[in-house]
Amino acid sequence: MSGTTVLLKEKNFYEESSGLFSWIFTMDHKRIALLYLYAIMTFFLVGMTLGFIMRLELFAPGGQLMDPKTYNQMFTFHGVIMIFLVIIPSIPAVFGNFMLPIMLGTDDVALPKLNLFSWWLYIIGAVMALSTLFWGNGSADTGWTFYAPYSVTSETNVSMLLLAAFVLGFSSILTGLNFIVTIHRLRAPGMTWFKMPLFAWGLYATAWIQLLATPIVGITLLMVVVERTFGIGLFDPSLGGDPVLYQHLFWIYSHPVVYVMILPAMGIISEIIPTAAQRVIFGYKAIAISSMAIAFLGYFVWGHHMFTSGMSGEARIVFSFVTFLVAIPTAIKVFNWIATLYKGSIHITPNLLWASAFIFNFLIGGLTGLINGALAADVHVHDTTYIVAHFHYTMFGGTIFVFFGGLHYWFPKIWGRMYNMKLANVALALTFVGFNITYGAMLTVGVHGMPRRYYDYLPEFEFLNKVSTIGSWVMVTGLLLMIYNLMRSARKGEIATRNPWNGVTLEWQVPSPPPLHNFDHKPILSPNGPYDFGILDQVNALDEKRK
Amino acid sequence: MGHYKIPNSGHNRDDEAKKLGMWLFLFTEILLFGGLFFVYAIYRFKYFDEFKIIAEHMSITLGAINTVVLIASSLTVAMSITAMKKGKDNVAVLLIFITILFAMTFMVNKYFEWSDHIHHGLFMGADAFNNLAKGEGMFLFLYYFMTGLHGLHIIVGAILLGIVAYKIMNGSVNQDKLVFHENAGLYWHLVDLIWIYLFPLFYLLH
Repeated sequence: MSGTTVLLKEKNFYEESSGLFSWIFTMDHKRIALLYLYAIMTFFLVGMTLGFIMRLELFAPGGQLMDPKTYNQMFTFHGVIMIFLVIIPSIPAVFGNFMLPIMLGTDDVALPKLNLFSWWLYIIGAVMALSTLFWGNGSADTGWTFYAPYSVTSETNVSMLLLAAFVLGFSSILTGLNFIVTIHRLRAPGMTWFKMPLFAWGLYATAWIQLLATPIVGITLLMVVVERTFGIGLFDPSLGGDPVLYQHLFWIYSHPVVYVMILPAMGIISEIIPTAAQRVIFGYKAIAISSMAIAFLGYFVWGHHMFTSGMSGEARIVFSFVTFLVAIPTAIKVFNWIATLYKGSIHITPNLLWASAFIFNFLIGGLTGLINGALAADVHVHDTTYIVAHFHYTMFGGTIFVFFGGLHYWFPKIWGRMYNMKLANVALALTFVGFNITYGAMLTVGVHGMPRRYYDYLPEFEFLNKVSTIGSWVMVTGLLLMIYNLMRSARKGEIATRNPWNGVTLEWQVPSPPPLHNFDHKPILSPNGPYDFGILDQVNALDEKRK
Repeated sequence: MGHYKIPNSGHNRDDEAKKLGMWLFLFTEILLFGGLFFVYAIYRFKYFDEFKIIAEHMSITLGAINTVVLIASSLTVAMSITAMKKGKDNVAVLLIFITILFAMTFMVNKYFEWSDHIHHGLFMGADAFNNLAKGEGMFLFLYYFMTGLHGLHIIVGAILLGIVAYKIMNGSVNQDKLVFHENAGLYWHLVDLIWIYLFPLFYLLH
């Protein structure tokens, strides 16, 4: 096929086959991505509802809707769902699966069967986690961190929830493994490492963390399970164990895993911003290498979760210092994004607005993190709602905002239709304002001394808690509006072209939605790297040829 | 209709990708056991004397036999792969069966070892066990946990090798296409390697 012949429209991947089995046993990376997306959005709504109810409980001091034990179970389940079922898989499993092969110029991941297997493991893990609600003494009440010794002695369904987290971790490992192999083996001819899109770099750094950190927490959770089963005190001090050892083992994974959550998000931002600014990204190599630097440094900071748990002063100083080092590659990225916008011809699109909201939230999330990282300040804010607000600023205001930004950016590619821009902007505004009211109030009340994970509080905290709860109403309205807009537009929106945002990375060169094998032509690669807008005319000409 | 053929397709046969995947997976396995080795190291340090005393109960003879059996099985797996590369399918299948036989010997040996301990009340919940010092109980618990998890890996590895033998016989693994065989072999070597560390930690260090 030469470039001048008229291209006939191929069937897109939705039309290729139909029926439930063609989805749940598919090996097409795009369908697997959508399977993840629908599951993750469902769990997000469940987690969001739990958070919403907890905020209602905190509207006034004293018990409003539930007893303290139910509240404990709720924040545990909210945490487990949001961390293990939503945030960790969100961007890699959905956009990584859908976009990575296309961005590399290939038709699937390197190990398609393993990819399907990962999804099945995810679903099995999810069912195991949800099952804990319905039998025995109800869902775990330990907090999502499962700190020993309480997790050893709690009579709730802790073991099953731990096993669920183990299975979900395994799913995450296999996804990461698949991406590493894919990036090593399947890049289009001519696409060298430093000509890969930055989203691929983000996923690559992420995949290594998934691979190298998850097994440790897997075995740790398993240790708690056997400890509960056989009554041996690996972590229970009354039986000779060491609970601080549990915390070390837990955070050796669980700190790096926050970079599993944020690095792919930073990758998406590095895609959205050059497209919106219509110019080459500033500091490509710095952004790519800083992803790897964050992944590397992320292994050596876990101790900052344990400054008050009992550690030597020397260890604490080292952990604090390395924590501050992480801020350097992170700041490199932020400055590069802003420098990219400088003198660009900026198109204000909903996806750029989500990206900007991310940068704003993440600045607050990142800078409040430095306060936690300082040894003296941490003692004051430790275990207050300040910490809760800090990680919601990074994980929700960071990762989940980018997840939605990515959804708005790639929506036309995935569903082949455009969404209602005005509604999208209104939804973003409500979510953004509501988010900052909710967690801004929590930050403040935390500094005043309100402890986290308490279902009751002193009267002087009432005003800010009320503000926070009202903020959550605004935020939930915005989120529901966004979901409504996207769901409606997926079926009824205007038909999208191949390249609605005038991007130049490879996903904008395939039809929307893509056919089964993605590419109907040889990918156009610029010798000047992935963000060379000199090839924009060539990319946009692809649609012309169809007519 | 003209259809662009992707040269770097994910559905092309790519043995290198599968091997890379296997090596990465083995890495995660090492880390999985690494967590346990780490906990072992911590408690050996904390309960140094008690670990020494209880380790006297371990049968070095049985442990040593199992070590020899596993090392021999690694040899037969490696030989079966070489045989496949030379196109001697029958020899390869025979060598795989010998490997599986070794695996079964190992497990039977392990069964006798465990049942001997359990018979003497050295198992979680038994009275004799409850009367042990904390460090001694910890040692035994780690022993059951680590060798148990290792035994599970032996079973998985043996099943994998059984599938390889089946695939050789029906021709889907052959001289030119033996990456599945090689990966199963890699996995088997890892299982062997972990035992090489378990043996001195639980049997030889007194």
